Amino acid sequence: MKIKPMLLAAAMTASPMAVLAMESSDPIIIPTHNWSSQIVMSHVVGQIYESMGYNVEFVSTDSQAVYESVRLGDVTLELEVWEGAFGVSFNEALEKGGIEDAGDHNAVTREDWWYPMWTKEHCPGLPSWEALNACAEKFATPETGDKGRFLGGPVDWLKHDAERVAALGMNFTVVNAGSASALWAEVAAAEKRNAPVVIFNWTPNFVEAVWPGEFVEFPTYFEGCKDDPSGGPNPDATHDCGNPPNGYLKKAAWSGMAEKWPKAREVLGKIDFTNPQIAEMAKLVDVDELEPEDAATAWLEANADTWKPWTE
Amino acid sequence: MGAGSPPSISPGEESHKLWWWIALAAIVLAVLKPVAPDWLVRPPVWLVWPLADWINAVFTFMRDDLGLMHVTRAFADGVQWLLDVTANLLYGKRRWPRLEDPIPWTVIAATAFMVGYALRGWALGILSGGTFIWVALLGQWKWAMETLSVIIVAAPIAVLFGLVLGVLAWRSSRFELVLDPVLNLTQSLPHFAYMIPVVVFIGVGPKAGAIVTIIFAMPPMIRMSLLGLKKVSPEIIESGQMCGATSWQLLRYARIPSARNDILVGVNQVIMQSLAMVVLASFIGMPGLGQKLLQLLQALKMGRSVEIGITIVLLAVVLDRCSKAWAERQPEHFEKGTPWHQRNKLLLVWAVLVVGLWTLAEFWPLAQEIKRTQAFTISKQLDVILDGFIRLVDPVTLAIRAFLIRDVLIPMRDAYLWLPFTAVLAFVAAVGWRIGGRRSALTVSAFVLFIAMSGWWDRAMITAYMVSFAVLLAALVGLPLGIWAAGNERRAKVGLLICDTAQTFPSFIYLIPVVMLFGVNDVAAIGAVVVFAMVPLARYTIEGLRGVPETLIEAADMSGANKRQTLWKVRLPMALPTMMVGINQSIMFSLFMVIIAAFIGTQDLGQEMQRALSSTDVGKGLVLGMCVAFMGLAADHLAMRWAADKRRALGID
Repeated sequence: MKIKPMLLAAAMTASPMAVLAMESSDPIIIPTHNWSSQIVMSHVVGQIYESMGYNVEFVSTDSQAVYESVRLGDVTLELEVWEGAFGVSFNEALEKGGIEDAGDHNAVTREDWWYPMWTKEHCPGLPSWEALNACAEKFATPETGDKGRFLGGPVDWLKHDAERVAALGMNFTVVNAGSASALWAEVAAAEKRNAPVVIFNWTPNFVEAVWPGEFVEFPTYFEGCKDDPSGGPNPDATHDCGNPPNGYLKKAAWSGMAEKWPKAREVLGKIDFTNPQIAEMAKLVDVDELEPEDAATAWLEANADTWKPWTE
Repeated sequence: MGAGSPPSISPGEESHKLWWWIALAAIVLAVLKPVAPDWLVRPPVWLVWPLADWINAVFTFMRDDLGLMHVTRAFADGVQWLLDVTANLLYGKRRWPRLEDPIPWTVIAATAFMVGYALRGWALGILSGGTFIWVALLGQWKWAMETLSVIIVAAPIAVLFGLVLGVLAWRSSRFELVLDPVLNLTQSLPHFAYMIPVVVFIGVGPKAGAIVTIIFAMPPMIRMSLLGLKKVSPEIIESGQMCGATSWQLLRYARIPSARNDILVGVNQVIMQSLAMVVLASFIGMPGLGQKLLQLLQALKMGRSVEIGITIVLLAVVLDRCSKAWAERQPEHFEKGTPWHQRNKLLLVWAVLVVGLWTLAEFWPLAQEIKRTQAFTISKQLDVILDGFIRLVDPVTLAIRAFLIRDVLIPMRDAYLWLPFTAVLAFVAAVGWRIGGRRSALTVSAFVLFIAMSGWWDRAMITAYMVSFAVLLAALVGLPLGIWAAGNERRAKVGLLICDTAQTFPSFIYLIPVVMLFGVNDVAAIGAVVVFAMVPLARYTIEGLRGVPETLIEAADMSGANKRQTLWKVRLPMALPTMMVGINQSIMFSLFMVIIAAFIGTQDLGQEMQRALSSTDVGKGLVLGMCVAFMGLAADHLAMRWAADKRRALGID
């Protein structure tokens, strides 16, 4: 039992150590989180690194706590830094030092109030927020009484939905779900009952492929909306606007990466995905039911023109 | 109270009066709330201890100034090395010993079969071999091996450390005195609370998963080895001493072998606890089944999640049965001169199987690995079943939901929040005094006072309201079910099997259907908690009723009692102390589950705990954890005290 495997262990296949005789052979550690596009993207980048001769390892971590891990060098990089969701954690880590900004993706992100299409039948004036507010009672649940219920994300995502409801004088109550799964479960249940529902959602996200839907149109975001009461429809309150429709999607790297794996760090700077590409990655897993590793391989085969130039 | 002396009346009566006065004080405090000064309602802000800051200061000092970080990281690197070895053997990660391919699944399944067969015969062999075949056929092989590669490292370390600490505690009563409350606390801290310091000191990844599993699995091992060593009869030691054994020899060759059974029960507990951590530890980087399960749930793939849940249950059942069979096995003795191959027949069969299957795997890739795309799945069918179930009960739950929220839960929560903390404190003290006299009163009020002073009173009251309602509901369903199941041997067996399954089935999977049925609110959270709270209630009711001595029931029959009378007058009173342990466990389970129900969306301590985890705030996490633990410990103290008195009064024990 203990000796046999070693006897059978023939010489390991030589990995293509073409580019990097000089760089560290320690594994580059890529964190994965619990949504599919990020996992596939991590495997895509991991396989690009492997094709260059690096050792790569994946580790699943919490998507907020990961910035602390990058800072300490426990993980080497992070491929999806969402402005809305992780901007705060990322900036805090930047201030403490040990982590650096590795450039933006072409893709933009949007996070806001969202509803699946069948909701429109119940409230035809959508997507305007005034129309939503006018049919608030259709969104009422036992725990919110006469007011409509907006189902927000977990509190630690730090959205300011309650402030927005107050600033715009909306007839809604914010209820916070504890996880993304709880959000989807509510939408799935609403679909079975053909009931209207308005939740917190974001793009790019696999949900778009499962349930077509739209974002609610709030007063347009402007610089200072969240700190300066004077702008926006309500002159006395902050947060009287929607979220920016084109938030950044960044990459982040451990500061020590450039020294340890200089070429890999250079490639990371060039890596750049678009919204359709990210949606495609998510679809391979969520709709076509591939494993993330296989989805990454499939994507790399189909998109060699995109990624090959990054490695040169 | 000395043994043998008749229960004295006078102190009882005295305390009887006193607890009544304290209870009265609680009522007065509650009634007078509208006119009471603020400091009687909630502890004033300046009095609240900044516990989180203190803990964080201590941790920063330990980490940065004492350099404890280097010690923990060095230990973690050692664990990492072991993990690399097992990972390489089981799923082919390219580290030492650099296998070309991992061990083929057929070899592992055959090994599992042989282990089961050797321990208990065909049935166990088929169960354990079959489990691994199921895992392979469903294409979960790699994930299961990732999980096992961590458990194989974590469980033995937990056993070793547990045994050493158990021996130390047995050696020095002073150490035991310190260890005991620490163990109490760690066993009632919610898992998330100690995951945060692990992230700080160890980092994330498989090693962090292994270490959090070790910490979680160790306490029962310490307890069981201590218990076993204490029970060793003095005759054995004396005869050892007469042979001139040194104290090390006595420990190694007399005490530990004599305590074997208790120690092996501890090993069994370690294994079960390790499996219970599979999903939770994946929050800090444990790979494998748990991680996959969370990803699948995130994408709302219920069928596939349930498949993984079944695998986890099967693995738990196999490991549980095998370790129990190992614990009960008596050493086999052969006649002198039996040749080696006869004594080790099974070993030889196994070796032949391994070589055969390994060779087969070289030529036939399916025997080496079944890829995800080649695997079969029952997820579609499971999805259909689940969907049908939800559509079926949805009209009912929709109606219950509105009633429960409006007329029961919201008023109940408001009542809990309305109560002045001093009234709760007095009430708890009164109950403590009634059950265990002054000492109990002081103990439980100290626990509650801590919660008040920690500044999390309102959150804690919401947790308390959800737990009390869930346990009540669980008792209403679980106790009758338990009584029914205890009716005959076969039902009892099935009942206990269902309990085992419900307990090891990953709790996260329950969260989705309850949200679909009840929506994101307290009903859903309580619904998920009730499932867990019911398990110990039913289990201990079954075990308590089955454990009532036959002679007593016969005596009742002979005096002409009918079935109902026997149940109410004889069996239930006799089983009550054991059932009380069930209620106690039920409260503990509920407290753990309420914290996990934060993933549905709650406003209690669990929600704050989730925040603390994502911002890696050690101090806050531990304070919240202690609030939960102290609620559990207070309930535990009262229940155990009551059950012990009752047992003594009934003359059992």
